Amino acid sequence: MWQFFHKLGSPKWFYGIAGRFMPWLLGLGLVLSLAGIVWGLAFAPQDYLQGNSYRIIFIHVPTAFLAQSVYMMMAVAGVITLVWKMKLADVFVRAAAPVGAILTVLALFTGAVWGKPTWGTWWIWDARLTSMLILLFLYLGIIGLSHAYSDEKTAARAVAVLTVVGVVNIPIIKYSVNWWNTLHQPATFKLTEKPTMVPEMWVPLLLAVLGTYLLFGWVSLYRMQTEVLRRERRTRWVKDVIAAGGGSQLKSGGA
Amino acid sequence: MAFDSFSAFIIMEGHGPYVWTCYGVFFLLMALITWLSVRDRRRVVRTQQREQTVASPGQTDTVRNERTGGGFQRIPTSQSESISKS
Repeated sequence: MWQFFHKLGSPKWFYGIAGRFMPWLLGLGLVLSLAGIVWGLAFAPQDYLQGNSYRIIFIHVPTAFLAQSVYMMMAVAGVITLVWKMKLADVFVRAAAPVGAILTVLALFTGAVWGKPTWGTWWIWDARLTSMLILLFLYLGIIGLSHAYSDEKTAARAVAVLTVVGVVNIPIIKYSVNWWNTLHQPATFKLTEKPTMVPEMWVPLLLAVLGTYLLFGWVSLYRMQTEVLRRERRTRWVKDVIAAGGGSQLKSGGA
Repeated sequence: MAFDSFSAFIIMEGHGPYVWTCYGVFFLLMALITWLSVRDRRRVVRTQQREQTVASPGQTDTVRNERTGGGFQRIPTSQSESISKS
């Protein structure tokens, strides 16, 4: 465990191991999410109440789920930055924040377009939608703050504090559909209960969620690698990677 | 297949515009974040490649790496200290 922790502090080790995982994440992620989307769009049965508009769920739920999940991961990384000052945790927060912001935009947009035929309105200031909008502002704040300092350590600390404080919004999003009256339907997946949908609907949804998760893994590792290259540009191994064109795979194994 | 024909699949009983707009924007933004990430990587690599060539133009790879790795460094000596004090 401690050895793993120590190794995680080595940028070169991280770069190599990320490069080894990335093709799998990308390939499996594409296969799963495309399978889920095609199944959901063309083969899943119609919803008896909402008709075909519910097919938006196959991208709305994955993006909304990921948007919150990514924030949770960033908050954990923020704690690690503050307590252990691990640089790689800050690298993750920087790499993931723009992806999280785009996922939140997608969740809000698909939700609005789904809301029009279902609720009769694009937007309503209820708890779920408003707390999701706050999540977007948190992401934008983190991105802005990370560029506001020239000193990397100060930026890392400030960003970590904002990320950790903002995590209070996550349970609000999660339980908003239970705590307050809202137009938004309750969660599809719960850990303790069976899904309220038929398998022909929730299996493709699960595939899409898993696929999007893996794709996020790929893009965040790729972005982390880029940040590592930028930060470690004075080291010998990065110069070799740059000279070879900056690919994601390390040519020679070992540290 | 949940639809009788391809046109029924596109129209989706009137919900087509909503559904297809969502999927269109989804793929667009997914492509955008991928493109941005690849562009960032290229920028970092290109900037560093330029700096390495500027540091020692016309040198071979191995020599260049050694040069930039070494560089000039100010080493404090007892002599320089005594000069600054006097």
